[in-house]
Amino acid sequence: MSTVLESAPTSDRVAAGQDESARRVAIICSKGSLDMAYPGLIMANAARMMGMEAMIFFTFWGMDIVTAAKVDRLHAGMLGNPSSPMPHSIMGLPGMEALATKMMKKKMEELDIPDVRELLETLDDAGAELYACKLAMEMFDLDDMDLIPQVKGSLSAMDFWEKTAGAQIVFI
Amino acid sequence: MSTITLAGQALEVDEGGFLLNPDQWTPEVADDLARQAGIDPLTERHWQVIDFCRRDAAEKGTPPSLRRITKVLGVPTKELYTLFPKGPGILAARIAGLTKPKGCV
Repeated sequence: MSTVLESAPTSDRVAAGQDESARRVAIICSKGSLDMAYPGLIMANAARMMGMEAMIFFTFWGMDIVTAAKVDRLHAGMLGNPSSPMPHSIMGLPGMEALATKMMKKKMEELDIPDVRELLETLDDAGAELYACKLAMEMFDLDDMDLIPQVKGSLSAMDFWEKTAGAQIVFI
Repeated sequence: MSTITLAGQALEVDEGGFLLNPDQWTPEVADDLARQAGIDPLTERHWQVIDFCRRDAAEKGTPPSLRRITKVLGVPTKELYTLFPKGPGILAARIAGLTKPKGCV
């Protein structure tokens, strides 16, 4: 067995085998563009990789991320984005958004980042909990059948707060 | 940084509990590191993952990401979480005596 000789507080936790498993994070994904989908999903997956609990609530345009017919067709949102690499007058031309999306996807692939659908499957396998917003489903006329199978169910906003008691909240 | 004693050796570890001197790693140290993380004992399947991480890190100079473990070694994500319930992204590399993996997936 191991004995702690001398240690900082963090190492005490590590030595005691507590790690990060007491931490919980709840991420609310409200946007459906490719560049808004990745951050939430990657942060949730990283939380699980460290042993933290992770829950994701998809609402409003974020519903696109878990809608079966849309998940493979998310676009990089460049208009209205001050960080857009090109002026809006050019980004607004036909085909520019598709080009930006293609470039972003290619870069992600080079960095060995999975596509959004695979990342959602990984999250589910990793034990992250994915929930759809009940109100957004009604608003967009979506049924459970319209969603990817990794979604555990639909919740009201109050249901979600109940489920995520004590969690660190991230809104995207 | 702090010093802990594992498998009869005094070992320096960083704040995340990763060994600072990889040469001090032995299979017995791995057993103790695993025990700290609530894994007792390490099974043959754990060792397949640990051996792969060490081999891959020696080759690439950095510990493999979880996705790389699933793709190259072929252990599915679900199983990695069963083997290392408190966080396979951290624990596989820590028990293998490596540094914290840099990959985000």
